[in-house]
Amino acid sequence: MGESVRQMGALMRKEFLLEWRQRYALNGMLLYIVSAVFVCYLSFNARRGQLTPIVWNTLFWIILLFTAINAIAKSFVQERASRQLYYYTLASPQQIILSKILYNTLLMLVLAFLGFGVYAFVLGNPVGDMPLYLLTLVLGAIGFSSSLTLVSGIASKAENPATLMAVMSFPVILPLLLMLLKIAKNALDGLDRSVSWSEVGTVLAIDAIVLTVSWLLFPFLWRS
Amino acid sequence: MNKNWWKALAVLILTYVILQGMLGVVPRQPILNESIRNVYFHVPLWFGMITLLLTSAVYSIRYLRNGRFDDDVVAVEFANTGILFGILGCATGSIWANFTWGEPWPNDPKLNSVAIAMLMYLAYMILRGSFDDEQRRARISAVYNIFAFAVFIPLIFIVPRLTDSLHPGNGGNPAFGKYDMDNKLRMVFYPAIIGFTLLGVWITQLRVRYRRIKAALDE
Repeated sequence: MGESVRQMGALMRKEFLLEWRQRYALNGMLLYIVSAVFVCYLSFNARRGQLTPIVWNTLFWIILLFTAINAIAKSFVQERASRQLYYYTLASPQQIILSKILYNTLLMLVLAFLGFGVYAFVLGNPVGDMPLYLLTLVLGAIGFSSSLTLVSGIASKAENPATLMAVMSFPVILPLLLMLLKIAKNALDGLDRSVSWSEVGTVLAIDAIVLTVSWLLFPFLWRS
Repeated sequence: MNKNWWKALAVLILTYVILQGMLGVVPRQPILNESIRNVYFHVPLWFGMITLLLTSAVYSIRYLRNGRFDDDVVAVEFANTGILFGILGCATGSIWANFTWGEPWPNDPKLNSVAIAMLMYLAYMILRGSFDDEQRRARISAVYNIFAFAVFIPLIFIVPRLTDSLHPGNGGNPAFGKYDMDNKLRMVFYPAIIGFTLLGVWITQLRVRYRRIKAALDE
């Protein structure tokens, strides 16, 4: 157990180092979400607080969804195939997928909080229950990264990864997105928290299913 | 009779279901009126689709376990028939919704979930199309098929039940409660499920044989 935790730590460190050495990719993602928010702001040409809460909320999650798909799509194409083969001789596939999911979760957390900050700054912040909304962001980061990491692994093996990534991940992510939208809307309206707990439970359950399936299926994926 | 008895059974059951559906006596319900006959066709198609997609996922798991190429062919054909049943289920549901709910595609969580599920399986077909190497295609699409089924289950069974829906069995209503179904309906409804599922298996079997022959001829 201790050994595998140490190996996971090493793999995570490798991910961070890789990201840090290719800073343009990380900066690209950060700029992507900021400009997406800004494009939406200018397109609606809205002054602060003019969007209805539903539009405000949905727009933000759509931006986050596209950012997540773009950010996570590169998690397997960043490194050359020969180097990936080398990792596979060092660590078990389960450790590799878990470290990728963990790393993507952290990346998504950074992107989500940055995006939310910019979004609230330019379009106003009507959120009633701030802690719950932030919790939704955390849940979203975990959910997006756990369901999209395996899909990006699948897509990276195919001929045109970019299209396939979008086509395969939209339907897979939708149940999660709908639940997140609902919790986020509850938080936005400042409803009593007891209303949202069952949805939070569902999101966690979907996350658990997706994580388990990724854990089980990834060994078959990398062998090819 | 030998091993083809189930095909005869499928024909018999479906003839019975169609005759009952067109001519049989059905209870009169407010709003539903005669359209309740659709319960013999619309609902069994969904049951059939879920069974077919489950079988497809099972064959994908089998493929990953033993790597027999034939299992992948069976998995993809079950998924194909599942998509066909899904489209037919949507069509019959649309007709029904048009008469009872007033529009062919009301904004209902169950309808949307099914549309998403169809997108997921169409993506599976596109994924298959994007590989040249057969081994790779079989393995990677099997992985996606299992993953898609794992997401399909919460999508169909959990999400619609958490939100309000026009369908019975959602938003806290009991599914197929005592109020909706009487024994006469059940006498046709349960065989209809078996009949449509058998029909799906039959279609799949023909398609699989066609593929096998084609593969043999290509060699």
